Amino acid sequence: MAEKFVYVTYIRTTPEKLWDALTKSEFTRAYWFGVTPDCEWKVGSPWKLMFQDGRVADSGEVLEIDPPRRLVLKWRNEFMPEMKADGYSRCTFDIEQAGEAVKLTIFHEIDKTGSKFIAGVSEGWPKILASLKSLLETGKALERPKSL
Amino acid sequence: MSMDAVFKALADATRRQLLDRLFARNGQTLGALCKEMEMTRQAVTKHLALLEAANLVATQKRGREKLHYLNPVPINEIAERWIGKYERHRVRALADLKKNLEGKSDG
Repeated sequence: MAEKFVYVTYIRTTPEKLWDALTKSEFTRAYWFGVTPDCEWKVGSPWKLMFQDGRVADSGEVLEIDPPRRLVLKWRNEFMPEMKADGYSRCTFDIEQAGEAVKLTIFHEIDKTGSKFIAGVSEGWPKILASLKSLLETGKALERPKSL
Repeated sequence: MSMDAVFKALADATRRQLLDRLFARNGQTLGALCKEMEMTRQAVTKHLALLEAANLVATQKRGREKLHYLNPVPINEIAERWIGKYERHRVRALADLKKNLEGKSDG
């Protein structure tokens, strides 16, 4: 049976700015534990999240892309052997206008139960999203340890 | 999303119980939640609507069914607001200690 987690946040910004924040290094570096994406952002492109020291944090592939509305990634952890062993997960980002704010919904799912990887990201996403919201609304990300 | 709505939604034992059910098993239908809660469909629907309005529950359609998921983001925002960045580890250590001493998590 699959395991699936959902994260929803409302951010006072535009869909275009939120899209840039999710896909461009100058933004992710600030709010996403210091990682930066390495990707051409086309369907089928390999996708990687890189640590600042050059190690690969996560990797996968772009499954669907429709800027600034929807991004679906095939996603596997690369730096923690027990999480990497869980194999590929699927992460969907949906962006929609909701009044004066933008609603960001993240679905993260994997085809197995008791996944260590999903347990890990379920701790990470709320923190990443709080920092992302702060960055877009105030210009400052939240301070926290760069590695997690 | 107002923090008032989050606190109002959390200020009810039934709604906290619904969140507990989703925490135990995420992605449930209305029917499954009604069975677990031993409450009328109408009452559960009303509570879920309040939780969804507060962004504590997110839904996704699957065919004709609607699945309900616990959204941890607003609760994390409450924590972020009052728990300082250096205190977090101490707070967690205390929470773990309490859990160990009492043998279960805080209800």
